[in-house]
Amino acid sequence: MKFFKLLFASASTLLFASVVNADSITVVSWGGAYTKSQVEAYHKPWQNKTGNQVVSEDYSGGLAEVKAQVESGNVTWDVVDVELSDALQGCDEGILETIDPSTLPAAPDGTPAAKDFMDGALQECAVGNIVWSTIYAYDKTKFSTPPTTMADFFNVEKFPGKRGMRKLGKAMLEMALMGDGVPAEEVYDLLGTEAGVQRAFAKLDTIKDHVVWWEAGAQPPQLLADGEVTMTIVWNGRIFNAIAAEGQPFGLVWDGQVYDLDLFVIPKGSKNKEAALDFIRFSTDTQRLADQASWINYGPVRASSIPLIGSYHSDPSIKMIDHMPTTEAALKNALQNDFEFWADNGEELNERFNAWLAN
Amino acid sequence: MLASQNNNNQKVLTTDGIPLKKKLSKALFRSRLRAFGLVTPLLLLISIGFVFPIIVFLTRGVYNDTFEKYMVNLTPILSEWDGKSEPTEDMYEALVLDLVWLKETKNIGKVASRMNRELSGSRSLFTSSARKAKKLEAPFKESLTKVKKKWAKLETWRAMKVTSQSLSPVFLASALDMKYTADGTIVQKSPERRIHVKLFIRTLEISLVVVIAGLILGYPVAFLLANLPIRISNLLLILVLLPFWTSLLVRTTAWIAMLQGQGVLNDLFVVFGIATDQDRFTLIYNKAGTLISMTHILLPFMILPIYSVMKTIPPSYVRAAKSMGATNWTAFWRIYFPQTIPGIGAGAILVFILAISFYITPALVGGQDGTMISNFIDYHMRKSLNWSLAAAMGGVLLVIILFLYWVYDRVVGIDNMKLG
Repeated sequence: MKFFKLLFASASTLLFASVVNADSITVVSWGGAYTKSQVEAYHKPWQNKTGNQVVSEDYSGGLAEVKAQVESGNVTWDVVDVELSDALQGCDEGILETIDPSTLPAAPDGTPAAKDFMDGALQECAVGNIVWSTIYAYDKTKFSTPPTTMADFFNVEKFPGKRGMRKLGKAMLEMALMGDGVPAEEVYDLLGTEAGVQRAFAKLDTIKDHVVWWEAGAQPPQLLADGEVTMTIVWNGRIFNAIAAEGQPFGLVWDGQVYDLDLFVIPKGSKNKEAALDFIRFSTDTQRLADQASWINYGPVRASSIPLIGSYHSDPSIKMIDHMPTTEAALKNALQNDFEFWADNGEELNERFNAWLAN
Repeated sequence: MLASQNNNNQKVLTTDGIPLKKKLSKALFRSRLRAFGLVTPLLLLISIGFVFPIIVFLTRGVYNDTFEKYMVNLTPILSEWDGKSEPTEDMYEALVLDLVWLKETKNIGKVASRMNRELSGSRSLFTSSARKAKKLEAPFKESLTKVKKKWAKLETWRAMKVTSQSLSPVFLASALDMKYTADGTIVQKSPERRIHVKLFIRTLEISLVVVIAGLILGYPVAFLLANLPIRISNLLLILVLLPFWTSLLVRTTAWIAMLQGQGVLNDLFVVFGIATDQDRFTLIYNKAGTLISMTHILLPFMILPIYSVMKTIPPSYVRAAKSMGATNWTAFWRIYFPQTIPGIGAGAILVFILAISFYITPALVGGQDGTMISNFIDYHMRKSLNWSLAAAMGGVLLVIILFLYWVYDRVVGIDNMKLG
């Protein structure tokens, strides 16, 4: 009898707990230092304000899980941090909820959200939060004269050692062309032609034997730290974190950077849609986006956030504004990822990239 | 009545007058029913949770009705079109009608991504044209080609014809590096796009090498386990089982720590002067890494069946052979070894089938030339979202495994296998 009472009690506690947890949402992002910045700048303040819970999960990009959840009707993710091309594709395929931009909070000076967000950051189904960039970094201890250009990355004679690269066509092909001397503004026109694609692969061929391929964003700083590579393609926030927080002797090169947006989306059929919307509205307001930038050097997409960017959370001497991918110096030879180009040619180019890799 | 009585008289009866045969079969039937009842849950679980989903998923490899389902007006016209003549105004009109409807129902993305797999660049062609479709006026051929020139191209229409066939070998062909065209022919892809056949071959090659390496490494260990005094052999057995109980992921990561450029093994090589500090061996993120770690991970599956078969071989056989003048080698090769073949067969087929579908380990340590076909199935499941192609590749892999199983049965015989 006592046993059953106990069982009943624990069952009812469980039931009760799940009722209380009804307003707990699952926010999915890319893990590592990036997720930490979001937890500190978005999750914690939102939890304090609303009393709701945020469960943070990691993934490594792509729409597969979202698609699987929506198609099976068992949607467990409420907010997902995705790349621009995925936000558009997911919206086209009808697996994302639409988000009305007019419900987003205006800037402190009254500028409506639609004008405050940068171009492309507000989509039918997505709200942007950061600008991030694919750049390359190197181990300072390995080179007496540091590399400065994209061409140096592909020059294994002058800068010997292994290279880390992302195992994906996107951004690698653009960088190969820029490393071959193509100016940023001509890259996509050239990549749209057969000759351009061949030129990109020919450039990649020159370092193929020296490349260690990575897939998750946390890998490249580790490869550098382990001495497995002397230079690696890396997301700018990850490498900044290794330098600023872990004191690693790494340098980074902005020349030839490929920058892109990350956006929040809600999978269609999310059980906590209202809470998810509230989370997105809260997280993408001016102050929150500026706060996030003091944890990692990904640039906020709101113009009104820029003046509010402070210094690094643990070291006030590092002014974060100088480390954003969107500073004038960093943008000198920079390329914005062309989502439409990749939406159209991604399949074809990735297939060729894979075939090239396996041969 | 009389006839049946006569009949009954000739049969053996049980005490209650029912023929023994009938009673026996009744009893047997009941026990059979009970046995069946006991396995029913498992049977249901397997068919609902395993066989059925696999079949459903495999059909995706040959059946994809995205186009037919959403392009309701155009599909019937396309099926009658010969694929060579100039597209007619009717076809353009049907296309515009479908585009308008797709835009309104928000299904344009599905068709656009399906088409983009057939013809690169179709995604934006479809989505941007659908945005303007509502405002278009007849003649549609003219107004649509004004929006996008590609609509005038025969290539676009031929791609639509291929996509409009729901039941088609288009994905199977793609899984074998070929292309199914609108004329119904299948042609090989250009060399820089061929990849799958090479990967299938590499997968078989890696699996085979893992089996052979496992046999060479595992057989002596199994022999020791079976023949050493029980106290030592038990300790050895634990050493074999310990990694077996450890997570696959942990063992793979341990191999990364062992084999990488700055890893334990390379450090030792440098200390002993086998390699220089600048020029260390590349033992991981390539085929060597995959082979080494897979062999280690699958080794227990080779050792255990061989060991359990060896355990059952009476030592007196070898002693008898020796007493009749056989040398150590002859006694082993002619007497002992043939008796272990069922164990070798079981171990080899177990390791081979596990190896052929291995995917976590090659994904982590495979680099560029150590990845296997399963990694590409995974890629199309998770990254490119081309589930139809993934299903087709999975289907091909399944057929290869079944074929090899059939060959194995013919050559070695599946009955000639023992797990203990």
